[in-house]
Amino acid sequence: MKSVIAEDLVKTYRNGAVRALDHLSLDVEEGTVLSVLGPNGAGKTTCVRILATLLKPDSGRAMVGGIDVIKHPEKVREVIGLSGQYAAVDEILTGWDNLVMFGQLYHLGKKASIARAEELLERFSLTDSAKRPIKTYSGGMRRRLDLAASLIVKPKVLFLDEPTTGLDPRGRQEMWSVIEELVKGGVTLLLTTQYLEEADQLADEIAVIDHGKVIARGTSDALKKQVGGERLEIVVETQNIAKALEVVATVSGNKATLDEGLRMISSPVSTGATALIETLRSLDAAGIHPLDVGLKRPSLDDVFLSLTGHAAEEKSEEVEVTGRRKKAKK
Amino acid sequence: MIITQRQLRLLTRVPEVLIFSTIQPVMFVLLFRYVFGGSISTDQPGGYVQLLMPGIFVQTVAFTLAGTASGLAEDMKKGLIDRFRSLPISQLALIMGRTLGDSLLNIVVLAVMGIAGYIVGWRPTSGLLSVVIGFVFLLLFGYALSWVGILVGLSASDARVVQNVSFIVTFPLTFLSNAFAPTTGMPRALQYFAEWNPVSTMVAGCRELFGLENQFGATAGSFPSENPLLTSFLYMIIIMAIFIPLSVRKYKRASD
Repeated sequence: MKSVIAEDLVKTYRNGAVRALDHLSLDVEEGTVLSVLGPNGAGKTTCVRILATLLKPDSGRAMVGGIDVIKHPEKVREVIGLSGQYAAVDEILTGWDNLVMFGQLYHLGKKASIARAEELLERFSLTDSAKRPIKTYSGGMRRRLDLAASLIVKPKVLFLDEPTTGLDPRGRQEMWSVIEELVKGGVTLLLTTQYLEEADQLADEIAVIDHGKVIARGTSDALKKQVGGERLEIVVETQNIAKALEVVATVSGNKATLDEGLRMISSPVSTGATALIETLRSLDAAGIHPLDVGLKRPSLDDVFLSLTGHAAEEKSEEVEVTGRRKKAKK
Repeated sequence: MIITQRQLRLLTRVPEVLIFSTIQPVMFVLLFRYVFGGSISTDQPGGYVQLLMPGIFVQTVAFTLAGTASGLAEDMKKGLIDRFRSLPISQLALIMGRTLGDSLLNIVVLAVMGIAGYIVGWRPTSGLLSVVIGFVFLLLFGYALSWVGILVGLSASDARVVQNVSFIVTFPLTFLSNAFAPTTGMPRALQYFAEWNPVSTMVAGCRELFGLENQFGATAGSFPSENPLLTSFLYMIIIMAIFIPLSVRKYKRASD
């Protein structure tokens, strides 16, 4: 069963001048993780905000947990958890205060709220800092607390909007292990990210979006295949380059390219390890000993580049339109 | 209710907020009492401070608008509003809770000001019941205005803008009134504005409740001067009738 379905979602801002979503469709199978991957401004946040009932699409249809998002937003809110790009918790209050307050907002009652808050603090390794105000927390701790707040009533579907953006590597690692735990617990997760590595690590399936459209989707492996198979890479000494180029081209049956600086010869191969062995045999016969050999699978970066024609992580400051909040991100 | 609790808990964790929101009006009491009080002559028994206190009370509750607005703008920016809106709770709980919380803050502030006023010579002569009614009246006015604050807070993009907008609204309103100086000295056109200004009617109403005679210039005998309490009450109803639905509507589509 599909837990999340989005069909033909369109959302424009500023009277149509900015088209955030352009007939976007996607779905998430129950109990799996879909990662929505795209650069800044691709429409990731808008998509999540619509699914989480915060925003109404101009047109299209969306179902979450079998409930129509547009017709019954209040029912959808009962089955979802949302954790956004910002740690949406009260800085001044302690972690414990925040979680208990959210528990009470869910009408759990004082006792149950406290019990649940303590359980979540424990699970997210925040017990030690539970009684400190949030403003003393590290970025990673804030995100974990924010995530905890979205889990108070054990949502069936969880939306995480760029859960690790702005975190240092350690914070990111911690967040990932928390998310992996959650997924084992059976929650359906839709996660947006601009980090290819993150999508690779956490998602069962990846939907690549750009300019408000899904431009490719599939498992991480399938996407990599779509871009092409493996590449054979060999580094040799300068005097052997000419000969090695010949050997590689013969074995692979494809054009071999040379990176002169690295003295690295590479070529796409379809037969994988077999091609590698064959190449090494031929080189050995010719008396060439490679300095380095490798068989490389394309990275998701390659996937993105070949799908969109531009690299995934844009260095330029780009303004993402997330409703009326405008924020320039790195 | 929980949101109101949150608001109060925020106050206990940052006592500075409470301290500063009371220091400012107390400062006004002292400044006006001793700086202007000496030069504004009045035949009011008990002196200028009797006229001044209702004015400052009204000004203070009028500033509730700024507090509500900037607090809400801050929450918007941090994404807290999004979080609340994704919860299965009444969509109005958040803004209702905030207006109530700000009114509770007003109770504390008014109490402190009342004491400060007493120390510098304010002596209402109308009896306890009328004074209490006067304070209730002030709280209601603050509550009505906090709905204006909600709309401002939801509409602005930045907490600093909110501060400025709120002051641009509240400053002329509080000064173009009878709050600090008799309107009789103003140009005629301004006297009419001041007369109909809700701040003036509030001030006049409070003075009445605290046992003072109101003085009017060009506008003596007009409806708001004759019936300040009724007029103020109508103003509150009008403010709420306009701003509650507008705020609610704005909140529901806060992210569009």
